[in-house]
Formats: sequence, C-alpha cells, structure tokens
Amino acid sequence: MAELDLLSKGMTTCQGCPMELIGRSALEVLGPKTITMTPPSCSAILTGSGDETGWGIPSVQTVLMSLPAFASGVSEALKIRGMDDVTVMGFAGDGGTFDIGLQSLSGAIERGHKAIYICYNNEAYMNTGGQRSSATTLGASTKTTPTGKKEVSKNIDFMLLHTPLAYQATASVGNIRDFKRKLAKAATKDGPCFIHVMTPCPSGWKFPADQTVQIAKLAIKSGMWLLFEREDGKITINQKPTNFELIPEYLSRQKRFNRINDEITAQIIEEAKTRYETLQQLSQLACL
Amino acid sequence: MGVIKALDGNAAIAHGVMRSKVQLVAAYPITPQTPIVETISSLIDTKQYDATYITVESEHSALSAVIGAASTGVRTFTASASHGLALMHEVTGTCSASRLPAVMAVVSRAIPGPMCLWCDHSDIMTQRDQGWIQLFAKSPQEALDFIMIAYRTSEDERVLTPTMVDIDGFFCSHLTEPVDVPTEEEAERFITDFNPVNAVLDPELPYAINNLTSPAIFTEIKRSQDLGMRAAAGVLDERFEQFGELFGRRYGRILCENVEDADTVVVCMGSMAGTVQHVVRQLREEGKKVGILRVVAFRPFPAKEVAEALKNAKNVAVIDRVSAMGSFGPLYEEVLASMRLGRLDANAYSFVAGLGGRDIWEQTVEDVIARTEELGAENSVCDAPIWIDLKEEEVVTNG
Repeated sequence: MAELDLLSKGMTTCQGCPMELIGRSALEVLGPKTITMTPPSCSAILTGSGDETGWGIPSVQTVLMSLPAFASGVSEALKIRGMDDVTVMGFAGDGGTFDIGLQSLSGAIERGHKAIYICYNNEAYMNTGGQRSSATTLGASTKTTPTGKKEVSKNIDFMLLHTPLAYQATASVGNIRDFKRKLAKAATKDGPCFIHVMTPCPSGWKFPADQTVQIAKLAIKSGMWLLFEREDGKITINQKPTNFELIPEYLSRQKRFNRINDEITAQIIEEAKTRYETLQQLSQLACL
Repeated sequence: MGVIKALDGNAAIAHGVMRSKVQLVAAYPITPQTPIVETISSLIDTKQYDATYITVESEHSALSAVIGAASTGVRTFTASASHGLALMHEVTGTCSASRLPAVMAVVSRAIPGPMCLWCDHSDIMTQRDQGWIQLFAKSPQEALDFIMIAYRTSEDERVLTPTMVDIDGFFCSHLTEPVDVPTEEEAERFITDFNPVNAVLDPELPYAINNLTSPAIFTEIKRSQDLGMRAAAGVLDERFEQFGELFGRRYGRILCENVEDADTVVVCMGSMAGTVQHVVRQLREEGKKVGILRVVAFRPFPAKEVAEALKNAKNVAVIDRVSAMGSFGPLYEEVLASMRLGRLDANAYSFVAGLGGRDIWEQTVEDVIARTEELGAENSVCDAPIWIDLKEEEVVTNG
C-alpha cells in the first residue's frame, strides 16, 4: 500500500462498487505524479462535487464526448512544460468509451499521445440509472431494454487491435494483481495505452453487493471475460477460461439475465467460445 | 514598423498567433477557416514556429484539447466556423467557466441549414452567451492585431475569460491586403511568455477543475464569470490604448465616424463596416447628416459607449448579419437596451442583411439609410426586422 491514500476512503459510490477499487488500485501503482480525468459518469463521483474531491492528485471533470481529447491537450502541455515524469490517466466507463467517446478515443490513439486510458466496464450507463450501452451483454435487462437486450455487445478490444496503441490490455476487478502489473507496464510506455477492466455492478447487474469480486472471477473462469494483453505486435493470453459450461451459473447469479431463455443462453455461450477461439488465433500472429 | 506582407485574413490570424507566442494549437479544418489550420501547422512542421500542433479529429476535440492544455498552463489557440463552432458549443461553456484564457478565431459562416458555405453571423451568435469575449475585426490587419490584444485581455487576472476574434468568411478571410506584421522583437514589447494566473494541473499542488457544482454556489460562480467579462471592458480599453501607442493602430470597443452631429446613424459589425463607412462618407459629401457606429466588442457589450455615441441621433439603423427568427437581431436588441440606458428616444430600426454570403453593396446601405429616414420621418415604430435586398418573389409562404 502507498503511504498516502491518493483516493479518499468513504467515497459515495454504491455498496460493492468495483470502479472505486480500480481507481484506488490504479493510484497505488501510478503514485502521486498522476493527473486524472473523469467524464460525467460513475467515476465523476470520485472527482467529487463543490469544493470536495476524492482524488489526492490533480483532476479535471471533462465532458462525456471527449475525455481523450482533453487528455491529448494535457499530455502535450506537460511536454511543453517539461513535466515528463507526470502520468496522464483517463478514467471512463463503457458509455464514455464504447459509445459517445469512441471517436475522440480513436483520434487520441492514432495521434500517439502519452496517456493511459482506463475503461471500467460495467456494461451500461450506470450513472444515469442503468440504460443499455453497446457494451451490454446480449439478453441483459436494463432500463432501456426491459425485456432483454437484443444485440450482442461491441467488442472494443478487437476493434482496437488495429490501432497504434503502445500497450493494450484487458483486466478485471477479479484479478487486481494482474491489473496492477498491466498498469505498471503501461506507465513505462511513451505512447497511448488502453486498459479495459471488467467491473461488475451490483446495483445494475442485480447481485448481492458482497459478490462483486466473485462475479468477476466467475466471468474469467467461464470465458465471459478474457484476460490478455497486446505489446510489440503480439497478443498474450494471461488466463485461459476454465470451463464455458460455467456461463449459465454466471448468468443466473445476476437478475439482469432473469428473462433470458435457453436459446439466448446457448447463443451467449457460443459467442464466448468463438471470441476465445478468435483470440487464440490472433495470439499466433506477430503483426498486431 | 513591422514587415509589410500581403496576407489574407486567415494568414493574418496565423501570424497573429505566432507573434502571440502561442504554445499549443489544436484545430480542425472547415471552410472558410481551413487556411488558418494549414498555415499554422505548416509553420510548425517546417520549424519556422516553435509550438505544438494537435491534429485533432473534430472541432469538439479541438477545443477539448485546448481546454486540457490550457488547464495545464500553456497558451492555446483554436479556430473554427459554422458547423465546427456548433460542434464545439458544449465545450465553449466549459472553457469559459473554467476561466481559461484561450483564444479562438471564428471565421463566420452561416450555420446550417440549408447547407451553406458563405458568410453570416449565425454561427458566432450561437456563442453569444457562452461567456467568451467577442471581438469583430473587419480587415486582415485588424484580425492580426485583435489576436494579440485578445491574449493580453483574456489572460489579465481581472478577466480570465476566453476570447473569440471574429472575421467574416471570405469577405475578410480570403481578402488579401498589405498587413503590417510586427517583428518578433516588436511583438514582445506587447506580449511576452505566458504566465498562468489561475491554478493549473500540477501534482505539486493538486486541484479538481470543473467539479460538479450545486445550486448552493453555481449562481455565484456564474456571477464571478460575469464580473470577469465586465472587467474585460476596461482591460480592452487599456490594451487598445497600449497597442495604439506601440504600433500606431488605434482601436476601441466601438469605432464611430461622423456620428456626433448625425441625424441617422448606421450600427453594424464586421466586414460590412467598410462599405457602410464608404457610403456614409459619400452621403456626407452630398450634405446628408449620416454616421457609422461600428461595434468591435460585442461581448462585453459597450452599452454605455453606444448610448453616449447615439445621444444626438434622430434615427438609428441597426444591420444584423443574422436573423433571430420570430424576434429582432441580436445587435439590434443590444442597441435598444443601450438606448434605454441613455434614456434616448430616437427611432430605431432593425435590418437583416447579408445572410449566407449575400453581398452588402453600397446600394444595400443606401437603401437601409433611405428606408430609415423614411420611417423616421413618419415616426414609425419598428414592429419587426426589415429584410433588405430580399427577392420577394422567391419567398415561400404556405397559408
């Protein structure tokens, strides 16, 4: 643990919120010489309101559409000011990353600014009360898909494989050690880094607040979440799924999947298998 | 005396940016502003100008990057027009409320629709209440000079408010004239390296910028911003004065000619001022008592100065290069409020002209003046704007 809490304890996040744990863990790795940016989202709770803030580091609340562009400006200004030892950390959810912020993210990656972008994925617009995003899993009930989402989720990790990221990784609140290792690696890179973290949301996914980490671990074991990293043109799979047959258990432990039938369950399993097979094949290549 | 160069309005702005020692530029091309982007990025790319250029993927990102950089304590610039400025709208408020002294060139072009490439003020007027100082230049020389004046005003600790320098698309942006470009040494007598007044993003002294703000303090923050904007009036006067002494080119928040004894005064902004001035001079030679009041600073609006300038006028004609549909043009409304401030009871008439790049000819101005005098003689009330140079037969009404 760092000597000083760079993220205050007692933040007003929901009970069992993994996003806060990821933010806290991130600063344990990156340390005080970090500037963070959050869009209006669950992470804005950490940035605070009025004259209060949770961060012990400088922070900016950006607009939802363009956090990566804000980060581009900060990153280049730090170079101008000779503050090369400061890390820029974007901290946004799936809505700000997969949807409204995607263009800005793609631009910032292509231009190659030195910055670490952490996407905490809770699979819906949770800060506005739980409406579907393009990261929401097929079949999940949300406030805008009460009978279950009809579309499969956008695979942003595969989308970003062909962008010039200095480092790309997935991570999970179910494996903090792995997340910290990846973040430490990202901090050494002189370019854009993207770390996509699974953060199961108890209030939105509707499971008991003490099961956040268990749900995240089950996602990894069942192949619903893949842990891998891309560096120097090569993908490394960090943890193989144990058993895809665990997927029904993963789904049944979350009330957001209460309305799915066997057909959708089968489709979700099939998709998870295909995703892993694709990743395996991609990991054989050295050109990504 | 600087170096005389043949520059159009866009190139003049690029030179103004370079002479203002701007450290970071982020901008996205859009007609008719594109040459600003090309000129600045090329000057940087070919190492004639030591600065950072971020080739953003949209105008929204352009101003977002500028806000990020300005929050980190460097001098910043962006430029846009029309659709681009509309796309920036969300973040123009973030920039001003964060009290970041950025400067933006707006090369005015009609806001859609229908789709249009040409000049009017419908783009910048959408930004009227976003908390930016707005200066309207009429020539390439003014464009360059106003950029330098903008930085010295915006960065003043009494102000800390960003500035838009507006030039008219094509009429000024693509008009080539001899421009006196200050040498680096000359410019440095007016503008030196950036020294941020406000807190910046720095791990040595952490701050949270642009936090969620409750009803308990939001109003007071907006009032503080308003006071900063109001303070810009006096600071602009100081800067215009100082600039005039150093470079011999004298400006003010309003510029008047032949106004003191005029029966009829035409109030306008931007490139049309040259034409209005020309017509006024011609009519003066014919013995007609007409004058021109040109508003340079639309924000903060020089209400007292306008009231003072119009105190002897019998008729006031205000030409807006934009239609505020269903109401009166924004300049007209400001002039009316100013006249009320001065307890003036002159007749005032609202004119809409020059939309979507339509030329404002000498004849246009002559028609405005003739119509004003005619209505004034009847002591008519202005119940709606008068659309001048309108092709009535092309106007569609359904029922």
